[in-house]
Amino acid sequence: MRRRFIVLALLAAAVASSVAAASTKDTRLSLVAYSTPREAYNQLIPEFQKTQPGNGVGFSQSYAASGDQTRAVKAGLNADVVALSLAPDVDELVAAGLVDAKWKRQSYRGMVTNSLVVFVVRDGNPKQIRGWSDLIRPRVQVVTPNPFTSGSARWNVMAAYGAQRKLGKTDKQAQGYLLKLFKNVVSQDKSARDSLQTFNAGRGDVLLAYENEALFAQSRGQKLPFVIPRSTILIENPIAVVKTSDHKAEANAFLRFLRTPAAQRTFAENGYRPVNKAVAREFTKRFPARPGQFTIEQLGLGGWERVQKRFFDPRTGVMARIERQVGGVTG
Amino acid sequence: MSTVDVASRPVRSVKLQSERASTALSLGLVTTYLTLIVGLPIAALVFESLNGGWAGFWEAVSSPEAVGALKLTLWTSIAVALLNAVLGTVTAWVLVRDSFRGKTLVNAIIDLPFALPTIVAGLTLLALYGPQSPVGINVAFTTTSIVLAMLFVTLPFVVRTVQPVLLELDQELEQAAKSLGASNWQTFRRVVFPNVLPGILSGVALAFAKAVGEFGSLVIITGNLPYKTQVSSVFIFSRIESGDRAGAAAVAVVLLAISFALLLSIGAIRHYATRHDRD
Amino acid sequence: MTSPLRRIGLRVIALGYLIVILVAPLALVFYRTFEDGIGPAWDALSTPETVNAFKLTLIITAIAVPLNTIFGIACGLAIVRRRFRGKGVVNALVDLPLALSPVVVGLSLFLLYGLDGWFGWLGDHGIQILFSLPAMVIATIFVSLPFVAREVVPTLREIGDEQEQAARTLGANSRQTFWRITLPAIRWAVIYGVVLTTARCLGEYGAVAVVSGRLQGETETATLRVEERYESFDLAGAYAISIVLALIAVLVLVAMTAIKPKEEAA
Repeated sequence: MRRRFIVLALLAAAVASSVAAASTKDTRLSLVAYSTPREAYNQLIPEFQKTQPGNGVGFSQSYAASGDQTRAVKAGLNADVVALSLAPDVDELVAAGLVDAKWKRQSYRGMVTNSLVVFVVRDGNPKQIRGWSDLIRPRVQVVTPNPFTSGSARWNVMAAYGAQRKLGKTDKQAQGYLLKLFKNVVSQDKSARDSLQTFNAGRGDVLLAYENEALFAQSRGQKLPFVIPRSTILIENPIAVVKTSDHKAEANAFLRFLRTPAAQRTFAENGYRPVNKAVAREFTKRFPARPGQFTIEQLGLGGWERVQKRFFDPRTGVMARIERQVGGVTG
Repeated sequence: MSTVDVASRPVRSVKLQSERASTALSLGLVTTYLTLIVGLPIAALVFESLNGGWAGFWEAVSSPEAVGALKLTLWTSIAVALLNAVLGTVTAWVLVRDSFRGKTLVNAIIDLPFALPTIVAGLTLLALYGPQSPVGINVAFTTTSIVLAMLFVTLPFVVRTVQPVLLELDQELEQAAKSLGASNWQTFRRVVFPNVLPGILSGVALAFAKAVGEFGSLVIITGNLPYKTQVSSVFIFSRIESGDRAGAAAVAVVLLAISFALLLSIGAIRHYATRHDRD
Repeated sequence: MTSPLRRIGLRVIALGYLIVILVAPLALVFYRTFEDGIGPAWDALSTPETVNAFKLTLIITAIAVPLNTIFGIACGLAIVRRRFRGKGVVNALVDLPLALSPVVVGLSLFLLYGLDGWFGWLGDHGIQILFSLPAMVIATIFVSLPFVAREVVPTLREIGDEQEQAARTLGANSRQTFWRITLPAIRWAVIYGVVLTTARCLGEYGAVAVVSGRLQGETETATLRVEERYESFDLAGAYAISIVLALIAVLVLVAMTAIKPKEEAA
């Protein structure tokens, strides 16, 4: 008799507490992003919270290098939304069963911001560096992050390669260009920010960097004049909802918000090129379109999946071979 | 005579039993702690390194880049350990036996390389000894910069392992030797050095291990050029970033095995050098 | 004692070495912090995130240092005073954590406690290790493990065990011998070991960064705030936080060396 009473009491307590839990709308979205858009999201999150779908949604945020974040999410870092630096990182999460393969079918093919590979030069551009051909001139010193320690650095390599293909060069000739380019490379730091510090410390004549990084640095008082070459690659930054999220509705609402003109304008103010074409047109002065601009898809190499294998496989990749040749190692 | 012995025996054997029990307990605790904290992670690395079988393991560690990074890491770490042995001992000596204005302050800052995050260490070394060096010393992006950064992070080791030994060293022995006519060098070599050697060797072992594992402060100033200034820790990172966890673990395991062998050797040298002290 | 020439020579070598390797970098850090006045430094230090980060760093340090100290003394005693098989291996194992780069420490902890790791099933039972305090403490303990042991071992060897044996024959038990004889004899070793361990825990960055998940306001240590300031191009702020860490380490040293026993060392 007593046991039945206790069981009933427990049941009642369980029901009461679950009703209480259901009635509090205490959603907390976990945003796991790469390091550079921190400032942008610091503005965007409050803006989202002012909208109706964002009302009452709390955020936990984490910013670090894109590769680090990908590995962390795979190891169990709680995430509802992942905003990473390049598509292959999101694809890695798809392979791990954490993101739906259909993420690319969202608006703008799953991307939320764009940028370009640019040349950061010294004050006054004493070596007159304007295009890719200038980078392989003798005695020009180039600084770029190492494409094997920094996933983002692969944009630099593909920009260089793609620019050659755009000029009509063959695949072999374009690879030859990459070899000449890397012979001029004097520092291959582990990350984009490190290579910027190296450049600031006086190393090199030109730094291969991303437009949004250069603009952000300028906004922080760093003197970083840059030149956008005629042909360069469009860097596309993806964003996706994590499959295991408990708050898919709010997460998707956040993604939708980030693609609204208001949010895209905030991104633009933070140095990112909007994916929203209408908003992009408002900012043509700040973000001039380059005639030879191309995307990774437009190179016709099969997208990042094929490019990763062909160019960046640590043993058989084109870049692995080039690093060996530059390093004076046979084989 | 025999009654006295018999009477005292039980007390001593009870003490011996509790001694053995406390030995077993403390030894058990020490090995448990070591196993949990050190053994588990290393075991996990070894398992992961064999994920691609022995073939995968061999392929990862025999690639020219891996071998190049390994060679560079090992010889710079050994050089740094030896430099520390000499300079660290001199520093410890000066801090214990000498007196000058500001000695307390100097003593207080010896440990600071530990307290500074490696980002700051790297940036500062780059600013001081890089292209914009205020003293005109530019060694950045060369192998010298590797040694420099390693010296910075290993500075406290030999100094701090030799200091306590020197503090406990009975100076009467040295004074006795001097009064018997020994020169300064002979006194050092015969009296001081043998006593200080275990401390030096401890510090050298630590310095070598730390140099091998250093990452953050090395990364910017060396320029990380593959096959030229890329050390193993950064190479391992590039493997992880490329998604090759097993390969990264393989190179890490080889590095660990070599370090372990060297540490065992240093321990053996110490064992041999102090053989006369043992009963 | 030593001739004045030799003394000055040694002093020059030691101070020269320290100036190049240690003092110059520290001076630069100070200079860069206050280059643009005290504003940037103060701004970086006074934000609630930074204050919380310091709290977290101190909590982790307060857990790791005592544990490693107890282990270090026990381990040192075991290695020097006891006979057992595998002593050389234990000795080498104690130093081995240093040889792992922070990246590798992070990798090994992922292999152990990640979703598909050896102990990944703990997560299903609601026990969160990675991206939370436990992993950060484990990583910090790991990288600061050897120092107390390494300090204690040479000193124990140096002082020999005659005093302890004398105490035993006088009837003291193990505990009395330890607290009254052994511990005071190795106090400098323990002091320096604790100082080194504390400094290491304060300045730990790489391994903790990887296993912390860098959750803003939750798992950010002081060194992670340094990274954040660095990423925001606020170098003065980054240096300011580092200086505070250095000051805490110096304070610990001063505090520990001030606890001198009534009887002075020889």
